[in-house]
Amino acid sequence: MSLQTAQVSPAKAPSRGRVSLAWGRWGLRAAAVGYLALMIVLPLSAILVNGASGGPAAFWQDITNPVAYAALKLTVFTAVITTAVNVFMGTLTAYVLVRYDFPGRGLLNAVVDMPFAIPTLVTGVMLVLLYGPQSTLGAWLEGGGVRVIFNTPGIVLALLVVTYPFVIRTVQPVLMELDRSQEEAAYTIGASKWTTFRTIILPAISPAVVTGSLLCFARALGEFGSIVVVAGNIPRRTLTAPVYVYGQLESYNQRGASSMSVLLLALSFTIILVVDWMQKRWNIAYATP
Amino acid sequence: MEIHAGRDGSPGKERRPGLVEWALIGIALLYAAVLLAGPLVTIAWGALSEGFGVFLEQVTADHAVSALKLTLLLGVGATALNTVLGVCIAWVLVRDDFIGKRFVNGLVDLPFAVSPVIAGLMIILLFGRGGWLTPLADALGLKIVFAWPGMLLATAFISLPFVVREVMPVLAEVGIDQEEAAFTMGATGWQAFRHITLPSIKWGVLYGVSLTFARTIGEIGAVLVVSGGVSGLTETSTLYIFRTLDDRNYTAAYSTAALLACICFVVLVVMEFFRKRSHA
Repeated sequence: MSLQTAQVSPAKAPSRGRVSLAWGRWGLRAAAVGYLALMIVLPLSAILVNGASGGPAAFWQDITNPVAYAALKLTVFTAVITTAVNVFMGTLTAYVLVRYDFPGRGLLNAVVDMPFAIPTLVTGVMLVLLYGPQSTLGAWLEGGGVRVIFNTPGIVLALLVVTYPFVIRTVQPVLMELDRSQEEAAYTIGASKWTTFRTIILPAISPAVVTGSLLCFARALGEFGSIVVVAGNIPRRTLTAPVYVYGQLESYNQRGASSMSVLLLALSFTIILVVDWMQKRWNIAYATP
Repeated sequence: MEIHAGRDGSPGKERRPGLVEWALIGIALLYAAVLLAGPLVTIAWGALSEGFGVFLEQVTADHAVSALKLTLLLGVGATALNTVLGVCIAWVLVRDDFIGKRFVNGLVDLPFAVSPVIAGLMIILLFGRGGWLTPLADALGLKIVFAWPGMLLATAFISLPFVVREVMPVLAEVGIDQEEAAFTMGATGWQAFRHITLPSIKWGVLYGVSLTFARTIGEIGAVLVVSGGVSGLTETSTLYIFRTLDDRNYTAAYSTAALLACICFVVLVVMEFFRKRSHA
């Protein structure tokens, strides 16, 4: 999978002076730009216009009413926790996959992409089945005072699964490309493994780690399919922002849905812009090796 | 897939894991097991707990079958649309040059940043009551919202970037020398594309196609908003699972979820196959 903004040098269009080719070129151009305008620019403008249709005061009220504000807070909170855990575990998993040989490595490497292929709703159903109050594990955890499903831990768990591949797949290629001679030198002068990792490897992979974490965070902000099943969607407690948008639509409050959407879009666009900038700056590609 | 430790594939210093390394490996495997393997085993168990016969009965129920059909139809439709226009967009972005190309290039990634629910909301705003394009749709006699055309649009939106982003690097790498040669020999643009360009980018296209298809059959947020959920008519498999869960018809939900997971598993295997060839 790739989210990379492919850095391809723009080949100068060779002028061929052939009428049919010129027509073909304009036709392709029109098809490409037309499709993107129709599918992306027009719908986005519709949301912006609808969100702003009540004026700034109404927009402010839409996103600061207690239910909306709580939903937004929960979404950002769970996304931050998810990103933090997956930054650590993702880096560790990528490191282990690249550096060590162990039974099951090929299998692990193959299943990393699984959350991209399994429908997120199915992921949610799986988690309810495994950790829900009717399951053995869920009942046991609840006996210990931990309620997972229909609660915040369930939301985080679903997000962890859904965003599992991002950090791994951004860090892995960078680790593979890493020049080992500096590490060897560090070992030679007696540095411990941890010191070597901290002073040599970590600085080299940190741009990739940051990129992966931003992608993970953006994905977590927008997640719907798994959360709608797992969270229970109780307003002000387990209702996330995307589910809030769905709820507002169900209760025919289009503007309320649009206002929240505008805010979420602004957040994710900022992230995508930062990622784009970082990829250009450090030339990181988000791609499987 | 083979990943080598050293740059040249030779075993590095830490290839023979020590105690700390085994601990790290254990943590990574345990994390993958908790997040991925555990839930997978549970869904298989949940679907088959009442026997294979019941599972078969559930997935062959009328509404389950019609939902799966619609899912596959929408998947194929959206994938076809995004493949043809995706290759076209990739070609324009790599080979063509015009004012505003960077902006167009940036647009392609946007669907990844948009929550699927918001994608559905967009379709409603455009084609719902009082929408900007509603008069146009009415004039054409098309029912878009709460019908399959809207669901197709929503599905196509969320899966738009895959083919473009897979084909662009391959197209850039292939270069234009062979195409130029074909033109010199008098080939038309279409002939050059079909006989020269297409064969060299085909694995990239196929990888993009498999990613697109996997994404489309699993979609829920966007179609949930647009479909109106009429069972048997505008209900996809994911919507069917969603509804049966709501109805507390768990056996039906688990069975269909397991079936969908199996289909996605097959797509994943095909995906790996294409990726290896595309990135070779």
